[in-house]
Amino acid sequence: MGGLAHYLESEGVPTTQISLIRMHTEKIRPPRALWVPFELGRPLGVPGDRAFQARVLLAVLRLLEAPFGPVLEDFAEEAAPAEASFTWACPVSLPPPTEPETETGQLAAAFLDEIEHLATWYHQAVRRQPEVMVGASGLEPQAIGRYLGGFLAGRVPPNPRPELSWPWLVKLAVEDLKAYYFKAVTAQPGQGDPGSARLTDWFWGETMAGRVLLKLYFILAELDDPEGHFLARYLLVPMSQIHRLHRRVH
Amino acid sequence: MARLEDMPKEQAAHIANLDCPTYVTQPWVAGPPLSQRRVALISTAGLHHRQDRPHTGLTPDYRVIPGDIAPQDLVMSHVSTNFDRTGFIQDFNLIFPLERLRELADQGLIAGVADFHYSFMGATDPRQMSGQAGEVARLLLKDQVNAVLLVPV
Repeated sequence: MGGLAHYLESEGVPTTQISLIRMHTEKIRPPRALWVPFELGRPLGVPGDRAFQARVLLAVLRLLEAPFGPVLEDFAEEAAPAEASFTWACPVSLPPPTEPETETGQLAAAFLDEIEHLATWYHQAVRRQPEVMVGASGLEPQAIGRYLGGFLAGRVPPNPRPELSWPWLVKLAVEDLKAYYFKAVTAQPGQGDPGSARLTDWFWGETMAGRVLLKLYFILAELDDPEGHFLARYLLVPMSQIHRLHRRVH
Repeated sequence: MARLEDMPKEQAAHIANLDCPTYVTQPWVAGPPLSQRRVALISTAGLHHRQDRPHTGLTPDYRVIPGDIAPQDLVMSHVSTNFDRTGFIQDFNLIFPLERLRELADQGLIAGVADFHYSFMGATDPRQMSGQAGEVARLLLKDQVNAVLLVPV
């Protein structure tokens, strides 16, 4: 980010930026930066809170009026954490996970059932909030389920978007799948924002989708494809969930 | 919690050890008061119109996001899996505050919002972006932009 600011300012365009990692901004020294104490992925702080976002926005834009730089200031206001006393349980009744997972077809079928089960809430979410944040893969949720489930056989299934290499389609499909789950599960009234950590733990620890993707990690690592290995190693499972892979090994 | 001490240890170590560019020069472009600024957004969240090409790797190319893009046409194809995306799913302004900027313009706090905005894929080494950034700078100046807000993810 600071690098882009440097290049743009060098070309005559005044810049100001939000900084999420203060250490990096201190090293790069862009012209104007506002460090914010928010988690990665939430540079404006709080989803749905217009007033809060406007305060962040004004604070970073006002740095454009600084007489000289580089400028690095801190935004003092914290985003409210997910309520500690708020008991959030997955509001969607998902089919029980299949144990043991010795039948690939059983797991794949349960995965598709789970996606179907969430559809009604997903459509409610879209109806209430038409901004559809899924779709970079170009695949509908059931198609994503069939495609990713196809890997459970231990081989690369037919690519529904041959203009993309299959590892990158897997990456896009996985992110769309997660977005579909998150959008559906937060659609019920009164859910609020349970926070990214709870949602992430729920997805990877309590859903069939999470089980399939953890299995996918090992399947991709075994395939004879360097891009597939790179995807599995670095772009599939978040660092906060890596411990689930070690549990699966042992 | 973008404080390293609040992250998983492996992630904090990875971030702390990232090679950041440093520069000999410190460019500085002065300008008018904020109320006279026409503002463009540049995101490093790998955003694009759903009909545009997704990002498929650590590449320095950018995508154009028109100012009249419908929210449902804005999608993300950033490659990292290590930042929260649940907030963006609830409110795209959390990462791309286009509506918030328009509100500031309506209140007269800024002069206006650019016709075009841009997004890069932020996991790419920024040193590879210098050529593309120069191209974007020329487009911004043609769009009469005199302030850019860069938003990370």
